[in-house]
Amino acid sequence: MTLYGAISQLLEIVVALALAPLLSGWVNQWRAWLQNKTAPPLLQPYRVLHKLFNKDSVVAEHASSLFRSTPYIVFGCMTLACAIIPTLSTDLPLSPAADAIALVGLFALARVFISLAAMDIGTAFGSLGARREMFIGFLAEPALLMVLFSASLVSKSTSLTTIVETVAHNEFAIYPGLPFAGVAFVIVSLAENARVPVDNPSTHLELTMVHEALILEYSGRHLALLEWAASLKLFAYSCIGLALFFPWGVAEAQAPLALLLALPVLLGKLALGGIALALLETLSAKMRIFRVPEFLATAFLLAVIGLLVHILLGG
Amino acid sequence: MSGIPDPWSWLHLDWALLVVCAWLAVGLAGVLALRRFRLVAQVLFPIGGLLGVVLFGIALGAVFGTPEVAVLPLGLPTLPFHLRLDSLSAFFLMVIGCTSAGVSAFAAGYFRRGEGTPPGLLCLEYHVFLASMVMVVLADDAYAFMVMWETMALASFFLVTANHRIPEIRRAGYLYLLVAHIGAIAILMCFGVLQAGTGDYSFDNMRAQHLSPFWASVGFLLALLGFGAKAGLLPLHIWLPEAHPAAPSPVSALLSGVMLKTAIYGLLRVSFDLLPAQLWWWGGVLLAVGLASALFGVVFAAVQVDMKRLLAYSSIENIGLLGAGIGLALIFSAYAMKPMAALALTASLYHVATHALFKSLLFLGTGCVLHSTAERNLGKLGGLIRSMPWVAWVTLLAVLASAGLPPLGGFVSEWLLLQSFLFTPGLPDPVLNMLIPVVAALIALVAALAGYTMVKFFGVIFLGQPREEKLKHARDAGPWERVGMLWLTIGCVALGLLPVQVIQLIDPVTRQLVAAGLGDTVAANGWLLAPTSVERASYGPLIFLAGVAASCALAFLLVRLLYHGRMRRAPPWDCGFPWQSARMQDTAEGFGQPIRQIFEPFFRMQRELPSPFDAQPRYRVTVEDHFWHWLYLPIAAAVARVAQWVGLLQQGRIAIYLLYSFVTLIVMLMVVTR
Repeated sequence: MTLYGAISQLLEIVVALALAPLLSGWVNQWRAWLQNKTAPPLLQPYRVLHKLFNKDSVVAEHASSLFRSTPYIVFGCMTLACAIIPTLSTDLPLSPAADAIALVGLFALARVFISLAAMDIGTAFGSLGARREMFIGFLAEPALLMVLFSASLVSKSTSLTTIVETVAHNEFAIYPGLPFAGVAFVIVSLAENARVPVDNPSTHLELTMVHEALILEYSGRHLALLEWAASLKLFAYSCIGLALFFPWGVAEAQAPLALLLALPVLLGKLALGGIALALLETLSAKMRIFRVPEFLATAFLLAVIGLLVHILLGG
Repeated sequence: MSGIPDPWSWLHLDWALLVVCAWLAVGLAGVLALRRFRLVAQVLFPIGGLLGVVLFGIALGAVFGTPEVAVLPLGLPTLPFHLRLDSLSAFFLMVIGCTSAGVSAFAAGYFRRGEGTPPGLLCLEYHVFLASMVMVVLADDAYAFMVMWETMALASFFLVTANHRIPEIRRAGYLYLLVAHIGAIAILMCFGVLQAGTGDYSFDNMRAQHLSPFWASVGFLLALLGFGAKAGLLPLHIWLPEAHPAAPSPVSALLSGVMLKTAIYGLLRVSFDLLPAQLWWWGGVLLAVGLASALFGVVFAAVQVDMKRLLAYSSIENIGLLGAGIGLALIFSAYAMKPMAALALTASLYHVATHALFKSLLFLGTGCVLHSTAERNLGKLGGLIRSMPWVAWVTLLAVLASAGLPPLGGFVSEWLLLQSFLFTPGLPDPVLNMLIPVVAALIALVAALAGYTMVKFFGVIFLGQPREEKLKHARDAGPWERVGMLWLTIGCVALGLLPVQVIQLIDPVTRQLVAAGLGDTVAANGWLLAPTSVERASYGPLIFLAGVAASCALAFLLVRLLYHGRMRRAPPWDCGFPWQSARMQDTAEGFGQPIRQIFEPFFRMQRELPSPFDAQPRYRVTVEDHFWHWLYLPIAAAVARVAQWVGLLQQGRIAIYLLYSFVTLIVMLMVVTR
């Protein structure tokens, strides 16, 4: 592990932790503007986190230790996920510890824990949310894996850094499979991040909730950690998308200048991505829960088609 | 035994045989102490467990050694038992030893007085079962193999029917025995094909035969049928969901964790060792059957309401994944792509080991639940994490391993399997080349569904509020049970965190079977698991765990330092809904409902919905297996019809039977005197 590697690794983690709530705030702001509403301030998510951390945590009387440890586990998973995705640099000492498949496993681990914690209290909404979360998860997870496989067939590697380096270096090569994978990825990330066609992040109607139902019983610092983890997840997904489909501007080994330059480039890409997400959410309506399988099956099939196209044409 | 007095010069094989004899002795001691419950439970079963550990140690030494052979003067005068301990046998001996050690320790605390078969007899059956599995793996001729295979089937049949006073259990045992014998006949015929008319049934002779592709294929298909019946591959899986719930939990753990693996051993032995060359379509068939079993198993597991049936279907899924991995290895081996074959085979063998441990652990967990609640139905359980926290946390680890989540053992094998499916460069057949990465999609789907099933399993049993009043007083596991489960848990965690070291143990096996191994490549990268190179793919479970744990700990400390750790306990909020009961939680049926809806064609479903005017509204849904109605019941009906015709001969009058004898005699005389 070089000093440069350690610095870029540390920088990535700090940037992810610091910027993730900002990204959520940015998307919320744009969504409000697009819907002709008065937008909350950009820094609102930070204020909410601060407020929640200051509050007492109110825990159900029969909650087990699983319930109390889950926010930390989920937060830890999301932090590691952000650490291994090459957003600023491809020289990451932690990255060899987990490739694309392990990244999907990491998200699955967080999902399993949060669903189990929701079932722990034994309320109607909690277990309903857990069921729906796992239901969306088992459809989205293979689709995400297929998207990552399409990209890894291009670079003949499942290592995220190798994928990004390969795609970034061959700027003029055309990968016919990747557009399919891109569309599939957008669908999957909408579902995984509890966004509009699948779930509504600002819902107040219990029966339609998924993510909100999961964390219904949490309060205080536990809720703050889960909210932070959720924004980290959105940040991680945006970064995967950018890394797979728009990898330009990511610094490589031993390039301190490029590392400095990578940060503004990332900010720019995330800002545009956030606006696109807000636009997508504004333009679509939430679907019934049993339309979700069709929606996600589309993503799965698109990703598989992308894989086939790549094998047929790309060779 | 080799007859040399100095034990230090004994071969590993001799020591393994000594363990077998010691197991038999423990079993016999059990018969002598037929009703002395305390002696059997607290002395004999722990000794059996210790012998398992010894066997594990012996096999650990033998896996790197050269093959050892021995001839036992048992059996018929001209047909002695040939035995052989090579790397493949040693690997499966390790699995048997390690798993049975934990299960035996658990069994010491598990069996109770007055449940069907007396404890001493159970002890005999149990240890004969263990000994016969070891001998199956050691056998080096068809005769010894079949004798031991049948001993194994019979011993496990008696174990399954331990509570033989219950009719359903007798029925399940009968079904199991039936399928086991159909399989045994197929295996016998397979050996008949493999010896190619030479009349010599030793495995050495079979290895030397050069069968034509046709006969080799017949041999392989018979082996697939025979071993598939034992392993629970589609469509011969039906005995699993019946026999596993019927058996006492330690026995289910052994059946699912170890005995199914002996069938995998047989399949590997026949297809890679005894048959001279592999054809690619064998792999294709096995891959298709395996994938079908995996998908079928996991979808059915997701809709079960009986916790042991759920685990039985999950075993079908895991065996299916194993079949898919072995099928892929066969394809690669047929095209002489040795490193790829070694990768696929390593993934499968890794899964053999992890599945043995986590599935045994899950079954033992259900055993604890069953003992303290007397309830197998998920709809009447719940909230047990509060009354039996120890079992809950240990089971949680097994659940995570079973769901294929990092950093536990199940993920490593799944990861290796996906790696071997993804990078199939240059298979000569373009169609295969295209299809195999797509198969990875199905494997990913199965893995994700397994996660769904496992969340249902754990969440409904251990989390939430107790659905029955009696569950609040459930007792946690006893000391012996804890020892057994802890042993298996350590194994699960070690398999998850130390893949590089475990692959060193698998390396000699793949070298024996496909003449290539991952050992050297993997060892070159220290603690990172990289089957080909770090640029291509790598996974470091220890770093992974350290990363998650460090960020958890940092988050915890920072929150405490910067803010506070105050916490209040209050009634659950539930959106301010004032009145709630345990009945309002999601049930097992409810949790399975999305799966029932999406995969509807898989099931034969009957639903009884209540009408608004029912005095006692009732909702009932039954989910059945199509195979019963498409395959088994028609065959059973045909057999019954044939039996009826045969029955015409049997009038039950003695004069008729005398007439038969007379006619037979006349015919014989005519034949002989001609």
